[in-house]
Amino acid sequence: MLSQDIATVLPELVLAIYTMLALLLAVYTGKDGLTQLVTWATAAVMVAVALWVAMAGSGSQTAFGGLYVDDAFARFAKVAILLSGALVLLISEGFMAKRGLARFEYPLLIALATIGMMAMVSAGDLMSLYMGLELQSLALYVVAALDRDSKTSTEAGLKYFVLGALSSGLLLYGASLVYGYAGTTSFAGILSTVQHGVPVGMLFGLVFMLAGLAFKISAAPFHMWTPDVYEGAPTPITAFFATAPKVAAMALIARLVHGAFGGITPQWAQVLAALSVVSMFVGALAAIGQKDIKRLMAYSSIAHMGFALMGLASGTAFGVQAMLVYMAIYVTMNLGTFAFILSLEMDGKPVTDIALLNQFSKREPLKALAVLVLMFSLAGVPPMLGFFGKFYVLKAAVDAGMGWLAIAGVIASVIGAFYYLRIVYFMYFGAEQAGAESKMAPVQWLALMGVAGIMLAAVVNFFGLEPAAIAAAASLAG
Amino acid sequence: MNTLISLITFVPAIAAGILALFLRGNDLAAQRNAKWLALFATVVSFALSLVLLKGFDPANTGFQFVEDRPWIMGLHYKMGVDGISILFVMLTTFLMPITVASCWNVQTRVKDYMIAFLLLETLMLGVFTALDLVLFYLFFEAGLIPMFLIIGIWGGANRIYAAFKFFLYTFLGSVLMLVAMVAMYHAAGTTDIPTLMTYQFSHEPIVALGMTITGGLQTLLFLAFFASFAVKMPMWPVHTWLPDAHVQAPTAGSVVLAAILLKMGGYGFLRFSMPMFPVAAHLWTPVVFWMSAIAIVYTSLVALVQTDMKKLVAYSSVAHMGYVTLGIFAMNAQGVDGAIFQMLSHGFISGAMFLCVGVIYDRMHTREIDAYGGLVNRMPAYALVFMFFTMANVGLPGTSGFVGEFLTLMGVFQVNTWVAAVATSGVILSAAYGLWLYRRVVFGALVKEGLKTITDMTRRERAIFAPLIIMTLLLGVYPKVVTDIIDPSVQAMVANYAAAIPPASN
Repeated sequence: MLSQDIATVLPELVLAIYTMLALLLAVYTGKDGLTQLVTWATAAVMVAVALWVAMAGSGSQTAFGGLYVDDAFARFAKVAILLSGALVLLISEGFMAKRGLARFEYPLLIALATIGMMAMVSAGDLMSLYMGLELQSLALYVVAALDRDSKTSTEAGLKYFVLGALSSGLLLYGASLVYGYAGTTSFAGILSTVQHGVPVGMLFGLVFMLAGLAFKISAAPFHMWTPDVYEGAPTPITAFFATAPKVAAMALIARLVHGAFGGITPQWAQVLAALSVVSMFVGALAAIGQKDIKRLMAYSSIAHMGFALMGLASGTAFGVQAMLVYMAIYVTMNLGTFAFILSLEMDGKPVTDIALLNQFSKREPLKALAVLVLMFSLAGVPPMLGFFGKFYVLKAAVDAGMGWLAIAGVIASVIGAFYYLRIVYFMYFGAEQAGAESKMAPVQWLALMGVAGIMLAAVVNFFGLEPAAIAAAASLAG
Repeated sequence: MNTLISLITFVPAIAAGILALFLRGNDLAAQRNAKWLALFATVVSFALSLVLLKGFDPANTGFQFVEDRPWIMGLHYKMGVDGISILFVMLTTFLMPITVASCWNVQTRVKDYMIAFLLLETLMLGVFTALDLVLFYLFFEAGLIPMFLIIGIWGGANRIYAAFKFFLYTFLGSVLMLVAMVAMYHAAGTTDIPTLMTYQFSHEPIVALGMTITGGLQTLLFLAFFASFAVKMPMWPVHTWLPDAHVQAPTAGSVVLAAILLKMGGYGFLRFSMPMFPVAAHLWTPVVFWMSAIAIVYTSLVALVQTDMKKLVAYSSVAHMGYVTLGIFAMNAQGVDGAIFQMLSHGFISGAMFLCVGVIYDRMHTREIDAYGGLVNRMPAYALVFMFFTMANVGLPGTSGFVGEFLTLMGVFQVNTWVAAVATSGVILSAAYGLWLYRRVVFGALVKEGLKTITDMTRRERAIFAPLIIMTLLLGVYPKVVTDIIDPSVQAMVANYAAAIPPASN
């Protein structure tokens, strides 16, 4: 029995053991000389684990008495988390070394956060949910403040910690209410309880839990920390915040609402729909005035979370599928965009002011073209892949009879298109003046061009994303 | 599986890819290579479309040369043409080499310019040949991207404002159409356009927010599509983006915009609104009629007072598009034949009008009408060409402009005499602004200093106008070449429409 349980969590275990060994090794050998090696090794291990999860996993099994679930849904999310984490490590290595931030703790904290996220998406119980969430959050609080000599970075770390702790508190309070009324912390137990009627206290618990999780995905109105933390943290960390943790938290919400509250879809669907519509509009409107590209990406991610929530709010298996496809596309787009943002510098210093992109297309035509593709993809203009993400969630919403949500979403996307176009405007039609340069390590260049290529080429057949998402959604909400 | 249409559509895109990836440098040789490759690709596309036209059987009212492959999400990559769309394909492939040739003197970022136009051609051809809702939307929307760049990079002084206005205005129009498409997919379970054309969407009244919506789902879908196509067309009162975009766009951009992009709206009405939502279309016909009639009279009056030549031609385009919507919504054979004819003829004439403006803009770098006068003294050939197209724009018998207007007005007259009467006054107004423009630019004494050294059209410019003059005359004298191809398909569509309308509301 135990050996079977261990076999189920083996990928997480391997990653955890690797992390601890690497930590010991790096501490004993002294300073940060090993950083580059550790970064590459961590990325390699994460990619290997991702491939292992994708290839070897099959069927659905639970471990440790239902605390831990391994199914197609968890595997889909894990692969996305691991690959995006690994890619962030790869594209950030050069940046960190150049800015004197090359510390071996960075890749290892990212690995720890990744283990936490893997636990989150596999949670089958309120306890394991919280454990995974906190492991992830604690590691992230530390990396946000990684640049400890910088005021903004420390401020970002502190802000993130205080608000993150608050949201964890909300989540715990909600979980305790749910536990109190259901008498069990296991999702399966809660599911069978709610089928015999839902006490009001339990709904309270559900709403508190959703509020706590909305903090983690930075859905409005719980988004306040996002722009400050995105702006303050070193850019590679921002890139990480924008990708893997969002997938994990979004998957966790899906797991919670379908796994534990699957019988009362209308109750949580309206909460998610409200979060969705507010996020889309806040993200679209607030980004218009931004001058800093990292803050802009923060609002952009808020808007994108709104769209992903639109898929979940439909409450159907197709909605889960739409959410997964949307998140996969979103993460890919963001990785490419951040590979570009990371490379921006002027006189050797990193810059993030949008106006410095003036006439970038004259200095770097090919990179500008790739960023143009990414911006139109983020805006959801066909034929880029970003459009298909939007099409999926719109279809999910309309199929579930939420036409109003779909209409609100497309109107928000028109408003949102404006600020993505502004970046294109600076790059292509801006005034002639000295502007930012883009010095890219080969891996960053590959990431940017690769992602831009995917945005165009994947339109042909999605590269197998669709069947994987269908299987994942079926295992969760089928 | 017939891949001819895909070939026609994607040849320009492939050329654009080659330019983007393999052409290096920005010296004169590279610029020349870019132009020749672009011209070559557009000519190849045109030659292939001639093969398509030759193999097309007008008597068959279904879709021909159909290519159908499964795609993602249950969608299909499905392309094909019928009697309604094939001539739009021909119009596009015919005009694109002319457009490329017309920007031979551009010197800034030539390679990018050619890439943008080649991509635009692919996307426009895709719009006219796509037989899947989402595929259609993909081409329809994606066309905004190259046009946004063309206006924004190569446009006039106020180009940024115009580019943003163009993009956001049309984007807002079409996202509502996207929601409608998703709803259609949900209701009918397919995105296949030929199937949807025979699918009867529900027209039971719906009550929403305490209001009863007559025509139910059909009305909602119709209005969503209408929002998109009316902006694209453009119809009064949502035409305001067009004059801005036209004035700021470079000459070749204006030509494509007026000659082809505007036709997407009309094509959309014919492909979607009329066959798929006949009940709703019938309900809204009076509204569209009066909007069109107002458009014709109002924009003609606005055109009269313009001081900028391009703006004047732009407003005249809006007025001429008014005839198109009239003809389509008259929904009888003459009206629809006339509307399609008018779109084709307007493609040649308005394109040529913008080229005429471009010829003197290239020399004097101003579009102010007051800056000109007496050009006939120095530019006799230009005066002749400009005269010809002004007359065609006015609708002089013997040119294609006359046939289009006459047919549409005849169609409308059978349905609504008053609208036809108001619309006919537009013909007089168009003569007024057209001839007055001509008088101010070409006639009079040549007194302005700058104009005394102006030179007549070069051989290249004459070569560009020659095919346009031939087509305008051919369609004007022998309209049967067009109507023979479109008429069977139009007859079938009109018959289906009449059958779908419940007798009570007829």
